[in-house]
Amino acid sequence: MRKVVKSLFSVLVGMALITGCSSGNAPSSGSQAGTGSEAKTGSGTATAGGNTELTFFYPVAVGGPLTKIVDGMAEEFNKQNPEITVKPVYTGSYQDTTTKIQAAVQGKTPPDVAVMLSTELYTMLDMDAIIPLDDFIAKDGGNEYANDFFPAFMANSQSEGKTYSIPFQRSTIVLYYNKDAFKEVGLDPEKPPQNWDELIQYAEKLKKDGRAGVEIPTSGFASWMFQAFALQNGKNLMSEDGKKVFFDTPENVEALQLWVDLAKKHKVMPEGVIEWATVPSDFLEGKTAMMYHTTGNLTNVKNNAKFDFGVAFLPARKGFASPTGGGNFYMFKGTEAKKQEAAWKFIRFMTEPERAAQWSIDTGYVAARKSAYETEKMKQYVQDFPAATVARDQLEYADAELSTHNNGKVTKILNDGLQSVITGQSQPAAALKKAQEEAEKALAPFNK
Amino acid sequence: MGRTQRANWKINIYAWLLLLPSLIFLILFTFYPVLQTVILSFHQADLGTPEPFFNGGENYRQMLEDEVFWKVLTNNLWFALGTVPTSMALGLAMALFANKVLRGKGFIRTAYFYPTVVPMIAVANIWLFIYTPEYGALSHVMEWFGQREMNWLGDKTNVMFAMIFMVIWKEAGYFMIFYLAGLQNISKELYESASMDGARPWTVFRRVTFPLLMPTTMFVMIIAFTNSFKLVDHLVIMTKGGPDNASNLLLYYIYETAFSFWDQGMASALTIVMVALLLLVAALQFFGLDKKIHYN
Repeated sequence: MRKVVKSLFSVLVGMALITGCSSGNAPSSGSQAGTGSEAKTGSGTATAGGNTELTFFYPVAVGGPLTKIVDGMAEEFNKQNPEITVKPVYTGSYQDTTTKIQAAVQGKTPPDVAVMLSTELYTMLDMDAIIPLDDFIAKDGGNEYANDFFPAFMANSQSEGKTYSIPFQRSTIVLYYNKDAFKEVGLDPEKPPQNWDELIQYAEKLKKDGRAGVEIPTSGFASWMFQAFALQNGKNLMSEDGKKVFFDTPENVEALQLWVDLAKKHKVMPEGVIEWATVPSDFLEGKTAMMYHTTGNLTNVKNNAKFDFGVAFLPARKGFASPTGGGNFYMFKGTEAKKQEAAWKFIRFMTEPERAAQWSIDTGYVAARKSAYETEKMKQYVQDFPAATVARDQLEYADAELSTHNNGKVTKILNDGLQSVITGQSQPAAALKKAQEEAEKALAPFNK
Repeated sequence: MGRTQRANWKINIYAWLLLLPSLIFLILFTFYPVLQTVILSFHQADLGTPEPFFNGGENYRQMLEDEVFWKVLTNNLWFALGTVPTSMALGLAMALFANKVLRGKGFIRTAYFYPTVVPMIAVANIWLFIYTPEYGALSHVMEWFGQREMNWLGDKTNVMFAMIFMVIWKEAGYFMIFYLAGLQNISKELYESASMDGARPWTVFRRVTFPLLMPTTMFVMIIAFTNSFKLVDHLVIMTKGGPDNASNLLLYYIYETAFSFWDQGMASALTIVMVALLLLVAALQFFGLDKKIHYN
C-alpha cells in the first residue's frame, strides 16, 4: 500500500513538473509583454537595459550527449550577448519537435527560433508559419554568407527564389564498416565496397553466425535510406517544387529489389524491419559488419567502437549518391521585430565557422559551411581522423532530401510501401505503384 | 407548501454553486472541445486548405474508402479480443491468489500491481529491449528453442502478438486491484455455510464467488475495452504503428492524422467514429449484461 501511495505521490510530482515545464514557456509570452512596455518607454535605447528572451526548440536524433553540447553553445551565446537570453528547449525527436512547433504555431505562440527537419519547408509554408531570411542575409554578410553553405544543404532551404532556413545539424548517409571484420575474412580493410555488386559480395563474406553482413535501418527513416538507392540509380524521388513524386520508376523498383534481396535472397541482413536506433548499437556490438547510417553518429561510433572502423561513401550504381538530411534553423511569423533580430544574431553565432567546426567535431555532423573546414581546429582534427571528411566529400554527389507538400503523409505512404515489401507482403513494383498513386492523391490539392 | 418549495430551491442553488467550479472546467475542457470536434469533422481542414470550409460528410466518405482506416479498425478489434479476456482472467486469478495467500501478502500484491505503476514510456522502453532481435532478453530465451533471430516488432505477424502480450502483462495487475476489492466485499458467512454444506472449492467459486463478482467483472470489462482503444504511447516508442500499419491502432492513427498530416477535419471525423464505437460497446455491456448480474 505504501508503495502505491509513493507512486501516487511520484505521479503528482510528475504532473507538477509538467505544469512547471509548460509554465516554463510562459516567460516568453511574459517577456513579450515586458519588452512591449519597454518599447513604449524608449524604443531608441532598446539595447540599453532591455533583455530579449528567445525560446529555442531543438531535437536530437543521434546518440551521444547532444543536449549538453547545444545547451553549452546557447550558454556561450548568452555570455557574449548579455542583452539576449536564449532558452534552449530540448523537444525530443525530429518528429516530436515538428509536432510541438506546429502545435505552438497553431496556438499562436511559436518559438522564436528552432531547429527542424529541412524537409518541413513546404509544410511550414503551407501553414504560413515561417519567414524568409533573405533580408537578414542581405543585411548581414549577403551572398558571401549564404554561398559559404554547401549547395546540397541549401537545396532544401529554398523555394521560389527565397531562403527560408539556415543549415545546421546536417548529414548524409555514410557506410560504416568494421575493419577488424574485414581483416578476419580476408578483405582489404582499406577498400570498402564501391558498388552494389561488391556490397553483396563483401556482405556475404562478412556474414557469420551472430553477425550480419550489413544493416540498413527500415524504421524511422526508411524513405531516407531508400532515397539513397534511388539517387544512386539515377534520379531523385520528387520534383524541385515539391508537388510531384516519382516513386514507381523502373530504377526505383530495381533499387528496392536490391534492398529486399539483401535479406531474403543473399541472407546478409536480418529479415523484417530494422529499428533506426538499434543499428548503431548492433554495429558497436559487432552484430553487423557494415551499416548504413547518418554521419551524425560518427562521434558516437568513434568514442564507443572497440574495434578499428572505417567510413566510406555509400556503394554506387550509376554513380555515388546520398540524400542530405538533418535539421535547419527556422524563424517564425508573429514574433516581434526585436526578437527576430536577436534570433538572427543567434543563428549567425551558431553557424560561425569556428563553431560549426567544433560542432562537427563534437557530433560527427557535417559542418554546414565550407569555411569551417579551413579553420585550424578542423584541419587538425581531420588530419588525425580522416573519416571526418567522408560525409563532406560525399556532398559533391548528394542531393536534396525527399520534401514535398503534405510531407508527413507522402513520407508515410512511401514508408508503408517500403515496409510492406521488406516484410514480404508485396512485391517492389506493386508496392511502389500503389505508393505513387496514393502520394498523387495526397498532392492533388497542391497541383490545382 | 410554498415554503418547502422555496427551501428546495435554496438547496438547489447551493448545490449548483458547489458544482459550478467543476462544471466550468467540464464545459471548457470537455463539452466545448467535443462540440468543436463534431463541427470540425464536417469541415475540410488540412494543409492544402488554409481556410477550413464545410464539406458535409466528405471526411466520412473518404474514411470508408481509406484502406488504412479499415486496417486500423480490424487491428483494434483483434487487439481488444487478444487483450481483454486474457488480462481479465489473469487479473481474477491473481486476485484469488493474492486474497488467499498467507505469507507475504503485501509483497505479492505489490509485485502484481507493479506494472501498472511504472510510467508508460518506461514500460515501452523496457519492452523494446526485451523484443530486440539477437541480444534482447527474449532472444536469449528463444535461443533455447533455436529461434534467436525472431524479429518481434519488425515482422507483420509477430508484432501484434508482441504488443498484446505486453499489454496483458501491464493490465492484469491493474484489474487485480478491482477484483481484490470485489472479493473482500463478499461476506464470509456465505463461504462458511458453503463449507458446512461440504461444497468443493470449484463449486464455491462457480456458485458463490464468481456470480457475486459480476458487478466488478462488468466494470473491469468496460475499462479493459476502452483501454484497448486507448493505447498510443507504446506504439509511439516501439513501432510507430509499423511495419506497414501492422500494429497501428485507431487512436494512434488519429494522432498521426492530426499531428503528422495536419488533416484536422479527418482527425476529428475519426475521433467521432471512435467515441461512437466506444459508447456503443459500453451501452451494450451495460444494458445487455446488467440484467444477468446479482448484486448482494
